[in-house]
Amino acid sequence: MSNDAFISIQNVDKYFGKFQAVEDVNVDIAHGEFFSLLGSSGCGKTTLLRMLAGFESPTNGEIYIDGHAMSEVPPHQRPVNMVFQSYAIFPHLNVRDNIAYGLRKQKLSKARRYEMVDEMLNLIALPEYGDRKANELSGGQRQRIALARALILRPKVLLLDEPLGALDKQLREQMQLELRALQRTVGITFVFVTHDQEEALTLSDRIAVMSGGKVLQLDTPSGLYETPRTQEVASFIGTMNFFDAEVIKASSTSIELSARGLGKVAAPARDQQYPKGAHVQVAIRPEKLRLSNDRPADTKNALQGQLKNSAYLGERSHFYVSVDGIEKPIAVSSQNREQISTGADQTRPVWLSWNDEALVVLNAD
Amino acid sequence: MSKNTSYINRPNRPLQVYAVIFLIFLYVPVLFLPLFSFNDSIYVRFPIEGFTVKWYGELMNRQPVWDALMNSIKVGMATAAFSTTLGIFAAKAITRYRIPGKAPLVGFIMLPLVVPGIIFGVALLVLMSQIGVPLSLYTVTVGHVIICLPFSIATLLPRFEGFDASIEEASADLGENGWWTFWRVTFPMVFPGILASLLLTFTVSFDEFIMAFFLTGTDPTLPMYIWSQLRFPQEFPSVLALSSIIIIVSFVIVFAGQWINRDATFGADKDH
Repeated sequence: MSNDAFISIQNVDKYFGKFQAVEDVNVDIAHGEFFSLLGSSGCGKTTLLRMLAGFESPTNGEIYIDGHAMSEVPPHQRPVNMVFQSYAIFPHLNVRDNIAYGLRKQKLSKARRYEMVDEMLNLIALPEYGDRKANELSGGQRQRIALARALILRPKVLLLDEPLGALDKQLREQMQLELRALQRTVGITFVFVTHDQEEALTLSDRIAVMSGGKVLQLDTPSGLYETPRTQEVASFIGTMNFFDAEVIKASSTSIELSARGLGKVAAPARDQQYPKGAHVQVAIRPEKLRLSNDRPADTKNALQGQLKNSAYLGERSHFYVSVDGIEKPIAVSSQNREQISTGADQTRPVWLSWNDEALVVLNAD
Repeated sequence: MSKNTSYINRPNRPLQVYAVIFLIFLYVPVLFLPLFSFNDSIYVRFPIEGFTVKWYGELMNRQPVWDALMNSIKVGMATAAFSTTLGIFAAKAITRYRIPGKAPLVGFIMLPLVVPGIIFGVALLVLMSQIGVPLSLYTVTVGHVIICLPFSIATLLPRFEGFDASIEEASADLGENGWWTFWRVTFPMVFPGILASLLLTFTVSFDEFIMAFFLTGTDPTLPMYIWSQLRFPQEFPSVLALSSIIIIVSFVIVFAGQWINRDATFGADKDH
């Protein structure tokens, strides 16, 4: 555990009856970081967030925030505020009173309180909405009110439970940018829960990928995407082609493997150590594969296959190429830099090629 | 099928007939009371002999009626306050906490709705005499609280269930402890239910006879007074007049309660 961790989650387990929702989680989050918990529903990410907020207490382990153990601290005394998935706007109060809700204890003058609320309304770009009723607001507006209501208290940590889940795609993308800009402006540590991998990649400084209550991998967005450590992480974030492989020769810089379907390949070692003969998997992202009609001359990493299928997605296309020795066609993604005609010449022989750096070695499951 | 209505909304003739018969069966007997209370005869029989309001006038001049009325109001207000307060705690506990055996517990609380009043009446009478409590308006109130508690809980439960528990969590998250969260969030949101519960339990207590029959001391409640007057035929039209007033007032109070509590999902997020 590093000493500069602002939030430190140490050996935390959570049981609901016999069901284990969170299993031995150890996570350190730095001050000012935008940290995401990513996973499908039921992976324990929301339970972990609720333990940070104090709505659930860990069965084992301890959570420290700003150096203080939190297990005996009730939600209303924690230096954290939360944006709920349902926003939980108080329906009996107008927007102004919703935002000012947490200020009661600060014993401010009414004028000062109004001033602070107006500041927040400007920050969330809803300056004229103070007197609106909660039920007159759209989903995006509620989301921003919930954000303002939490931020006005200047929490040390802001917890966000899938706050963009209820919004439509366009609004969600706009809110993502606003959220990221806001986090940089206010400089508060954000802990963000989402099941949307794209959202997590866009927003986060670091992401913890969770499944079955455990943290599978904790890394930066590019680290997770480029060098996933397990097949589960690799397939949860984007798509990836996997090949069974055996280690032929391993050095400190590169690993030589014999991969089914690909033949003899070399991948960068990336601090991994495997004995000769170890059974592993080698993986490559679809967009790191190049597709050509003729054998590329500039690389030794080339493979012939049959183009079976293609899908046109506008700015890029997906191709599926079947190769001798493996059942599942290899997925290839390429940018449509030039105009291509869709639907033509489906099955034809093509060449696949790649660079060594694009290959990732994973433990076999 | 009419082209302007959907399948589920199309008129259903047998159901309409049934509804009319149902309402007649329910309310025509009751309507005889106001009818004969304006009849210029001490005998309750057709034909009606003439219109008069003298029975109402006579009622106004009788001190025991006013005393009984005051007794009933006192008992009703105390009953409403106690059973609603207890109902708030019960509804909050039922909806917000994980209680082992919750379903049987709720059934148990609701039991007084179906257990015959005479059984509770006798039971309480035995209990009161065993522990040596003299019968009075206090003992009537105790009996009424038992009867009214299920009404209170049944009125309040949908209110407590109707709003997202995360709204209370949000209040805690924003720095308010349990007490302040109750006052600033829970109470205002369930307030229409509380008002409806107060009105309903007051009415139930005000009209209640069996418990009062067993547990009244020397001061009668209004239904007890009516009962005592039935022995005197010459008093009967006044009793009808009194009963008519009670029916009207009860209707008004109960409907007011229903109207206040009309939107029990108030506060539920309408977008989801």
